[in-house]
Amino acid sequence: MPDMLLELFSEEIPARMQARAAADLKKLVMDGLVEAGLTYASAGAFSTPRRLVLTIEGLLAESKPVREERKGPKADAPDAALQGFLRSTGLTREQLEVRDDKKGQVFFAVLEKPGRSAPAIIAEVVEAAIRNFPWPKSMRWGTGTLRWVRPLHSILCVLSDEGGNEVVPITVDHLTSGNTTYGHRFMAPARLTVTGFEDYTAKLRRAFVMLDAGEREAAIWQDAQNQAFAAGLEIVPDAGLLAEVAGLVEWPVVLMGRIGEAFLGLPAEVLQTSMREHQKFFSVKNPKTGRIEGFVTVANRETADYGATILAGNNKVLSARLSDAKFFWENDLRTVGAVGLDGMGAGLANVTFHNKLGSQADRITRIAALAREIAPIVGADADMAEQAANVAKADLQSAMVGEFPELQGTMGGYYARAAGLPEAVAAACKAHYSPLGPTDDVPSDPVSVAVALADKIDTLTGFWAIDEKPTGSKDPYALRRAALGVIRLVLGNARLSLASLIATSMIDHYHRLYRELSLQRRSGIAEAASELGISPFEVERLKMEADKRKLQAERPELLADTGIDERVARTMLPYTIDLLAFFHDRLKVFLKDEGIRHDIIDACIAMPNNDDLTLLVNRARALNAFITSDDGTNLLQGFKRANNILTQAETKDGVEYSYGADIKFAETDAERGLFHALDAAEYTIKPAMEAEDFATAMQELAKLRAPIDAFFDTVQVNADSEVIRRNRLNLLHRIRAACAPVADLTKIEG
Amino acid sequence: MHGFACKRAQTYAYDRGRHGPTPKGIAMTQMPDAPRSFQEIILRLMSYWAAKGCAVLQPYDMEVGAGTFHPATTLRSLGAKPWAAAYVQPSRRPTDGRYGENPNRLQHYYQYQVLIKPSPPDLQALYLGSLAAIGIDMDLHDIRFVEDDWESPTLGAWGLGWEVWCDGMEVSQFTYFQQVGGHDCHPVSGELTYGLERLAMYILGVDHVMDMPYNDPDAPIALTYGDVFRQTEQEYSRWNFDQADTAMLLQHFVDAEAECDRILSADDVDAAGRRIIMAHPAYDQCIKASHLFNLLDARGVISVTERQAYIGRVRALAKRCADAFVRTEAAGAAPASRELETL
Repeated sequence: MPDMLLELFSEEIPARMQARAAADLKKLVMDGLVEAGLTYASAGAFSTPRRLVLTIEGLLAESKPVREERKGPKADAPDAALQGFLRSTGLTREQLEVRDDKKGQVFFAVLEKPGRSAPAIIAEVVEAAIRNFPWPKSMRWGTGTLRWVRPLHSILCVLSDEGGNEVVPITVDHLTSGNTTYGHRFMAPARLTVTGFEDYTAKLRRAFVMLDAGEREAAIWQDAQNQAFAAGLEIVPDAGLLAEVAGLVEWPVVLMGRIGEAFLGLPAEVLQTSMREHQKFFSVKNPKTGRIEGFVTVANRETADYGATILAGNNKVLSARLSDAKFFWENDLRTVGAVGLDGMGAGLANVTFHNKLGSQADRITRIAALAREIAPIVGADADMAEQAANVAKADLQSAMVGEFPELQGTMGGYYARAAGLPEAVAAACKAHYSPLGPTDDVPSDPVSVAVALADKIDTLTGFWAIDEKPTGSKDPYALRRAALGVIRLVLGNARLSLASLIATSMIDHYHRLYRELSLQRRSGIAEAASELGISPFEVERLKMEADKRKLQAERPELLADTGIDERVARTMLPYTIDLLAFFHDRLKVFLKDEGIRHDIIDACIAMPNNDDLTLLVNRARALNAFITSDDGTNLLQGFKRANNILTQAETKDGVEYSYGADIKFAETDAERGLFHALDAAEYTIKPAMEAEDFATAMQELAKLRAPIDAFFDTVQVNADSEVIRRNRLNLLHRIRAACAPVADLTKIEG
Repeated sequence: MHGFACKRAQTYAYDRGRHGPTPKGIAMTQMPDAPRSFQEIILRLMSYWAAKGCAVLQPYDMEVGAGTFHPATTLRSLGAKPWAAAYVQPSRRPTDGRYGENPNRLQHYYQYQVLIKPSPPDLQALYLGSLAAIGIDMDLHDIRFVEDDWESPTLGAWGLGWEVWCDGMEVSQFTYFQQVGGHDCHPVSGELTYGLERLAMYILGVDHVMDMPYNDPDAPIALTYGDVFRQTEQEYSRWNFDQADTAMLLQHFVDAEAECDRILSADDVDAAGRRIIMAHPAYDQCIKASHLFNLLDARGVISVTERQAYIGRVRALAKRCADAFVRTEAAGAAPASRELETL
């Protein structure tokens, strides 16, 4: 059983792509080999800045022959059918067999694929892998047409067993495979000849290349910790940076330095960001002072002066960077001192947020108004929420955020404190961007919550109002993330009507967009008028009537409660409804992670006040627990049976059976038992529902299971007596009515 | 706002990092043959690349934002004809002016540019040789190739490559051109760009660019970079930021755009029957428009929303110039037909 070693040696592969590329190489080659009938015992993939490596153990020396029979057209089929079959099988008429089949005589092709040698298969599979490699970005070089992430210089491919080793001949454009590679670019650039994986790793190590990225990471981390520990300091963990740095070196050498005294007063985030983003340094913290006082850089080589020159160089670069940062910091503090944080943000009037949604300043005005509305609901002071919204994005105009965009919000917090603003306002500068992802912390300070909600809702309503919704995988404005953010903020902090907030925010956008909309509508109306042969005024009147009916049917509260201009609300209504549906979709994704089925959520969305997400989620969680229980499953069956019989009868009789079930017409114990059980259930369910105690209400419903089962087991609903039949149907209605306030059980599958 | 942090580099051919801060007072290990002045570093680069077979060209005689704008790079990276050129290009970035006070920001500075088409297989090794030639001891320093893809929205160009780090400092950009002026590069050119002031300050161990020796510090009349450029940095900073006549600049932009269009709309064949496509004169107008845009930007009269539109207008010119150039003999297109020549 031979082993295979493959190395693709290139110019420096971007660090962020290496791990994925090694995995892709393994998958492409292994899939190709297996598909060609070449199985193996085990495989491993590795990457360094200059190489992708695949090693396979226990490969078959050749693939097994394959015999395949394929059924063709009938013997008396038209010639065209036969010719097609010959083409697809690559055989001639004489090579086909004619066999008796159920439907008569039929052509059969017997295809024999002989076994192929491992090198032949490997060569084919590796070439295909190189040509079809899924690099996120690839390029051409020189005069060639081959694409790789950076110029590909050599292919090493060796097959070895006890008997020796051989080069697998592979040709890809100008490259021909061999059994040689190179060591470290600077420390051991000479060519190496290798016989197999063990020989390869050993020779690479002697040539200052640590093949395994995991080993490089471990070595860096260990050495960094040791050096910091020896100096009484500790490394700030950063797994992402560690992986990146391990992808920038073949021979990691850890060097630790100190940050100049002049820079120790900079905010920790500034030091960390500057060092991480620009220099790829780890931050080193003094546990006694809690300050960032040092850095760790990882060089790619050893030197005669033990890295002294390299460390000095890095130190100088860092000093220059931090001098800039210090200049920005001091400059920004001066600006804030002179004109305040809102003064710093004055320039946002000239920064476009989106060409249809106005400037950042326009957006802040809307967010501030909405934050005021939200404040009382989440227990925040309205004035403070408005103030926080007004300054929360001012730091976008600071020199520091101009240089380090990732410090947005963080710097705002520092500058707000420097300006003497209340702590809640300062905290909102950073927290209002949260939560950024599904695992990011959700703010809990009421002012932060108000501004965070207003920020996200304004973004969503804005893009909905201009019809730039996410489609498929395209979500350039991260609207799904914004919606999830709203969901998590609401669930953690507030009971509120999302629909009325959406409507309020949508109206704000409407006023901006009104001119454009009305222009469009006017041309649409003129078109309709000429088509229908009526006056434009008549079209407008009909349209308004229709819109109004729709509005009153679907969301009367928008007309009644919010005091919103009816005409405006009508125009924005479809957008509001659509956005609410988007929230419900995102909620389904969110609850799916809790294991709650989409039909269970649908049953809850069908209930009133479905824009109160806290209510909706409480209901869904309780219903899920109920439906997945034994009693729940059976009650669901009973409910469905009752509902089906009732619906059929109602359709047939053309009436609604909804009232007047009377126990005096009950004929059996089971029937009377159901009456009593429903009386008891209704008695408990009503107050439980009023208290939104879904668990109690559902437990009570569960008690109906036995009486309902008994009823259906012994009672014939369609009795001969019309009075009795009607009474029983009315009784069934009581089952439906008892379940109705809990959830729309008709939506549940099974 | 003309603060320190103006991030407006997207208007220039090079988006990132070619003019960032420079480390101060680096303790370069002084090798016996270490260069002693700014000009010596330039001279060594010239000799090195000349020895490697490049045509040593002179700077283009127009204001540009980066060495890439020189037609020896932009236009010559197009078409099939092989090309190898190296040159210094004075580059102007009006928004980076700091009145000569900032230790490492200048509105006028130099880039060293190498363009080889097709990119040779040993381009990385050739590049590393150039670092050794200017006094960087390869045995003591940590040289790294760190991913940095290049895109110029104004030139409709992009490529893949790296920024090259020496002990954590970016010393060059290394790019394999994939597309220029909307055309796929075939063959691919390899482009190297050295930010000369930054690199020289690093090698010479100077903290402030104005203190850097320009010629030999032991020469009878020793001149620093400041002796040569402090005055002009002050003058141009004032003009760029406060005085440039924006109405006139706007008119010049429109004029350059119109002239470029007019040149490219002309018939390939002149009155005497010669087929002459005027790609270079048209491209001059494109360069002008680009620089005028940079000046207007420094004067703060271009709003955020207008920016993209202006960049798009310059890109449209660059694309048409590229379209014209690829039809010329210099780009390797078939020569004009015999009939035309004999007319």
